[in-house]
Amino acid sequence: MANALSLPRNYALDGPENRRAVERGLANATWYTSPIPRARMRQLMQRKDGPAIRDTVIWFALLAVSGALGGLAWGTWWAVPAFAVYGVLYASVSDSRWHECGHGTAFKTSWMNEVIYHLASFMAVRAPTPWRWSHARHHSDTIIVGRDPEIAVPRPPRIARLLANFTHLVSAPKDLANMLRHSVGRLHPAERDFIPEGEERAIFWTSRAHLAIYAAFVFWAIAARSVLPLMYVGLPTLYGSWLMVVFGLTQHAGLAEDVLDHRLNCRTVSLNPVLRWLYWNMNYHVEHHMFPMAPYHALPALHEVLKADMPPPYRGLWEAYREIIPTIWRQSKDPTYFVRRPLPAPPPNNSLDAARA
Amino acid sequence: MSDAWIKVCAADALAIEDVMRFDHGERTLIVCRTADGSYHVADGICTHEKVHLADGCVLGNAIECAKHNGRFDLRTGDAVRRPCRVPIARYDVKIEGGEVYARLG
Ligand code: FES
Repeated sequence: MANALSLPRNYALDGPENRRAVERGLANATWYTSPIPRARMRQLMQRKDGPAIRDTVIWFALLAVSGALGGLAWGTWWAVPAFAVYGVLYASVSDSRWHECGHGTAFKTSWMNEVIYHLASFMAVRAPTPWRWSHARHHSDTIIVGRDPEIAVPRPPRIARLLANFTHLVSAPKDLANMLRHSVGRLHPAERDFIPEGEERAIFWTSRAHLAIYAAFVFWAIAARSVLPLMYVGLPTLYGSWLMVVFGLTQHAGLAEDVLDHRLNCRTVSLNPVLRWLYWNMNYHVEHHMFPMAPYHALPALHEVLKADMPPPYRGLWEAYREIIPTIWRQSKDPTYFVRRPLPAPPPNNSLDAARA
Repeated sequence: MSDAWIKVCAADALAIEDVMRFDHGERTLIVCRTADGSYHVADGICTHEKVHLADGCVLGNAIECAKHNGRFDLRTGDAVRRPCRVPIARYDVKIEGGEVYARLG
């Protein structure tokens, strides 16, 4: 038997909690799914190119306009708002595009998903192949300690690190170290737990390509004796990732660990259309985890279908953070504390069968 | 193992781009109808993790797994999208008298 539960818990994938989770049946387990008529689910799973092409064209156009304005205004205070917008579009919006294209659901056409996935991976400073596998594990074993490589707020939370990461001051050096490690042909031992053999070549060569692009921008900045080139590539991860962190913390922070029901460890938060566009509807996070096949543009409709079987959604970021901030504070003193989401009473069995038919 | 044809379902039980689970003895299988209207029978459990492919969806000529969006080409069984890498077994199919038959040998 693995060790009994000890505090603080060990979140490392190459630590003892991994085996413990396997022994407790928490790894690759069967998760709760809400009943949904099969025909309706088939409709909601339909793939389209139109919405993602439209959103991608708007995204690139906004990047071009804000980047051009920032360049033109460089040396004046007007560059600040222009690059504030550019940075968020570059470093935060790329996260949601990375995510949806990684699932292969954003576009109907596979190569479009792949092209945007690789582009967004670069912009979000992510190694595309390891993150693909890491995210698959996150979906298999969502917030299962020792198994999920994407637990953003391990307990007890380290508040200074969390705050620093709004400017990626913690994760950017880690990302860079990972990139360097991959470029010299090595994986981290924890990565071995979720990346299957045979993927190494793609990982190592992609990291070398990413590093070469960064090196080119650094040389350009040195040659031009200006930081401006790095404002476009490289520095956005520091000054533009904050919105990604604001969105990302709402997904799971402070909720239950080691449960097999996404309604207990994910948050769905109502957002206005602009924020939903920036986030590609990942605010419907319970629905996304329960049915990852539903594309982002179908998530509002999926939410409507499932809502009777869901905890009430949070009415905005304000309401979510009114829960998250005190919870993280309390967890920093008491790591056993977590938010218990209210579940609706299960429907009677016969109506469940009818709903699934 | 047997070379006999077994009756799977009525052909009109499946719409275009549809999938249905069926069990035979200890085995779990899927019968699918692809975008071109053809029928395919294959193993029903994803080769990535133990997930029922019948919970996924048929897209064109492929079945997509519900868990991590891995895909298999139903015409060949090949894994065509990560995280799936190992093919699924597929079986001969025929349509006779409005019924789908498969040979699971
Ligand atoms: S279980 Fe099928 S893709 Fe992962």
